Amino acid sequence: MNDILSPLILSRWQFGLTTIYHFLFVPLTIGMGFTVAVFQTAWVRTGRAHYLQLTKFFGKIFLINFAMGVVTGIVQEFQFGMNWSEYSRFVGDVFGAPLALEGLLAFFLEATFLGVWIFGWDRVPKGLHLTAIWGATVGSILSAYFIICANSFMQHPVGYVIDKAKGRAELTDIWAVLTNKVALAAFPHTLFACFMVSAAVIVSVAAWHLYRNQNLETMRPALRFGMWMMVAAGALTLLSGDQLGLAMVETQPMKMASAEALYHTSTGFNASFSIFSLGTPDGSSEIFSLRVPYLLSFLSTHTFDGTVEGIDNLQQQYAAAYGPGDYSPIIWITYWSFRWMMGLGLLAILISVVGLWITRKGRMPKSKWVWRAATWSFPLPLAAMIVGWVFTEMGRQPWLVFGLLKTSAGVSPGTTGVEVLISLVCFTAIYASLAVVEFRLILKAAKAGPEAPTKVDEVTGKLLHEATVY
Amino acid sequence: MTLPDLWFLLIALFFTGYFVLDGFDFGVGMSLPFLGRDDTDRRVLINTIGPVWDLNETWVIVAGASLFAAFPEWYATVFSGFYLPMLFILLALILRGVSFEYRHQRPDHRWKRNFDTMIFVGSVVPAFLWGFVFANIVRGMPLDAHFDYIGSFGDLWNAFSILGGLATLMLFFTHGLVFVSLKTDGEIRVRARKLAVRAGVATVVVAGAFLVATLVAHGNTLSLILTLATVVALVVAFVANLRGREGVAFAFMAVTIALTVATLFATLFPNTLVATNDPANTMTIANSASAHYTLELMSWISLVFVPLILAYQGFTYWIFRKRVTRAHIAAAAH
Ligand code: HDD
Ligand code: HEM
Ligand code: HEM
Repeated sequence: MNDILSPLILSRWQFGLTTIYHFLFVPLTIGMGFTVAVFQTAWVRTGRAHYLQLTKFFGKIFLINFAMGVVTGIVQEFQFGMNWSEYSRFVGDVFGAPLALEGLLAFFLEATFLGVWIFGWDRVPKGLHLTAIWGATVGSILSAYFIICANSFMQHPVGYVIDKAKGRAELTDIWAVLTNKVALAAFPHTLFACFMVSAAVIVSVAAWHLYRNQNLETMRPALRFGMWMMVAAGALTLLSGDQLGLAMVETQPMKMASAEALYHTSTGFNASFSIFSLGTPDGSSEIFSLRVPYLLSFLSTHTFDGTVEGIDNLQQQYAAAYGPGDYSPIIWITYWSFRWMMGLGLLAILISVVGLWITRKGRMPKSKWVWRAATWSFPLPLAAMIVGWVFTEMGRQPWLVFGLLKTSAGVSPGTTGVEVLISLVCFTAIYASLAVVEFRLILKAAKAGPEAPTKVDEVTGKLLHEATVY
Repeated sequence: MTLPDLWFLLIALFFTGYFVLDGFDFGVGMSLPFLGRDDTDRRVLINTIGPVWDLNETWVIVAGASLFAAFPEWYATVFSGFYLPMLFILLALILRGVSFEYRHQRPDHRWKRNFDTMIFVGSVVPAFLWGFVFANIVRGMPLDAHFDYIGSFGDLWNAFSILGGLATLMLFFTHGLVFVSLKTDGEIRVRARKLAVRAGVATVVVAGAFLVATLVAHGNTLSLILTLATVVALVVAFVANLRGREGVAFAFMAVTIALTVATLFATLFPNTLVATNDPANTMTIANSASAHYTLELMSWISLVFVPLILAYQGFTYWIFRKRVTRAHIAAAAH
């Protein structure tokens, strides 16, 4: 009974659940905002009707999704204080700054300009309207940057001192926080992964229509665009992932040791084992570059035994440095989430590479399986992102702020288990029902396909922007 | 004035921005069942705030994040101490936010009515709870030496805090009605103005009672002056509305809300949260603020960006300055 009502465990579940839920929508907001902006730019520059249709079509999907990103984001911000008050007291001085920056520089920009974009079709000049969607997109990308700077401080604290008397961290160098080496790798990695997510949605939607032989004039270019975007964003995601791995080995070796757990017990000592030795960042980076293909070949190895030399070594060092305790995360989670992240992402890229080949020079494959595979590829990058974050956050455990504050020490002392249980149940229920609503709405919008532009200027024959209302 | 004092002022300013702006959004949401006779009416109402509700709501994110950065202790105590009220505010904001976007996605009647209800509930709940929370902050709470709230959810319910909740509820409702009369035309505009008169009477009574209660229990000279100014502004708004001067009425409702926030913060000063059980545990500006570097950094950032933000938000309001009419809704897509 005590366990079920433990505020710590419930708060962790709640934070994990709500953040993952928030992150179901964020990637599509960021990626789709960007794509819609690209389509609209193409429309403004070329005046071709199908670009306008694509802008409006994907714009609609973008907006349905956007609403969920906003409302679930506020929960995140409140939760630090509600459930993690000790944590907030400890790091507020440092952690609050990027959050405030995010609000002032990113969210205001995004919310304001998106309003102009949604309702401004018939109110503002074309150029300004285009600026609005770009403003909103830049805002969403900036928000990702700031929140990742905040998160990276938790992975690898920099730019602070500990005030012993007050028992808290204090900011000494904002620049160090904003150029944290973890953030500099994690930000592009996450951003390009977001682009993969929107590329996958475009590919899926286009394939669905093309298989039914409808909306060819918009969906054929959309399909090619989506696949090229997937390949480009995918390549950049992999490259930045490699960089992120280097930063991770350097700053949180335990996380990498945990990501490799299965590999060790099943093969014993071998070359990439030295990744786990501390103090040789050069050596580890060299081995790391060998590691990637090696890891992938191990995806099918199913034996698993939790004790690994690397982890034991680190465990001893940490115990010596930070006192007795268990310093390793839950191994099977880190192990599998790391592999699923890479595997699902690579599969998504592969589908697009193959797709580009079989649709080259205007070819349209006949096999329905090809189209099915493309249509059902949309969850892949999103799932990869989710497990990637699960890896990052669970791999950091037992730390909340690495080396400074344990998760168990961060929870709100005054909040009771019953209260957290109430909120957890409320969030779960409301989020589950909204997920169904949102998914259905997106499906409906996607299946309806682009609408033909209706309003044409009688004198010039040019397309006119229509008024939009709620 | 010290840096922490400046930030106390800025936090008050951010919350003022939030209550003035999202305040009329709440009021519009609350007005749906009263003013919306049919679907077109309700769409007129929703579209008066359509382009701006999200940016208005963002003020609370900025206020919250600034509180986190500038007064981590205060942020931590308030958000964990008001765990359930904050939860209900969040749930309400979730329902309200998705409803604006999803309501028009399907034509069927029941679908729309469900979202109308969610907008109404999602507006009433935070409009009440924000006043409820702030009244409790002004009143003080039992805190331990670590600044953690040691009471229960039930302890938060007292006559003063309920009165505070009713005060913001009525203020926002009237604010929203005046906003509707300013932003619509035709019959609905007339109806909004008439309802604003009636709501205005109730607001003067409830908000007046709350301010007087605040003054009697916790007041100082500054809050006395501010209270008087608040009541005057509210009365001016009321009279202007009676005479059909919509712009003036709206401006003075905004001033009223701003002065209400100012009164509450002036009453608190120089504390941030009084410990009712033991004065030694009282939180003050000095003991709950961040260190100098963070505050200075945030000051520079605010100095540069707040004017810019105000400029582009003002520009947005200017773009959408036209009144929303039934004809406008009927002519548009969907
Ligand atoms: C489509 C999504 C996607 C794909 C295909 C990949 N990743 Fe990834 N990865 C993410 C999406 C992601 C993510 C969800 O965005 C994470 C979570 C935290 C972060 O910054 O990015 C992440 C985290 C993350 C981390 C953890 C960083 C940390 O905890 O400090 C590492 C080491 C990598 N990735 C490395 C890779 C490598 C080597 C990949 C290529 C094979 C790869 N990722 C593919
Ligand atoms: C958006 C992608 C993210 C996902 C999917 C995610 C996921 C998770 C998960 C699953 C946990 C629970 C770990 C556990 O049970 O111990 C967690 C914990 C946490 N994460 Fe994240 N996270 C994300 C980003 C962030 C960011 C950007 C921040 C900071 C700004 C953050 C801050 C935290 C905090 C404070 C916890 C504490 C709770 C805990 O450790 O249990 N997360 N996150
Ligand atoms: C890597 C992780 C995250 C990224 C990339 C991200 C990005 C975004 C984006 C793009 C939005 C779109 C909605 C908007 O701006 O209006 C959003 C909403 C929001 N996110 Fe996240 N987020 C992440 C995690 C978090 C976390 C951990 C927090 C908690 C502090 C948070 C706080 C918010 C808030 C408060 C909103 C609402 C903004 C609004 O109303 O305008 N996000 N986030």
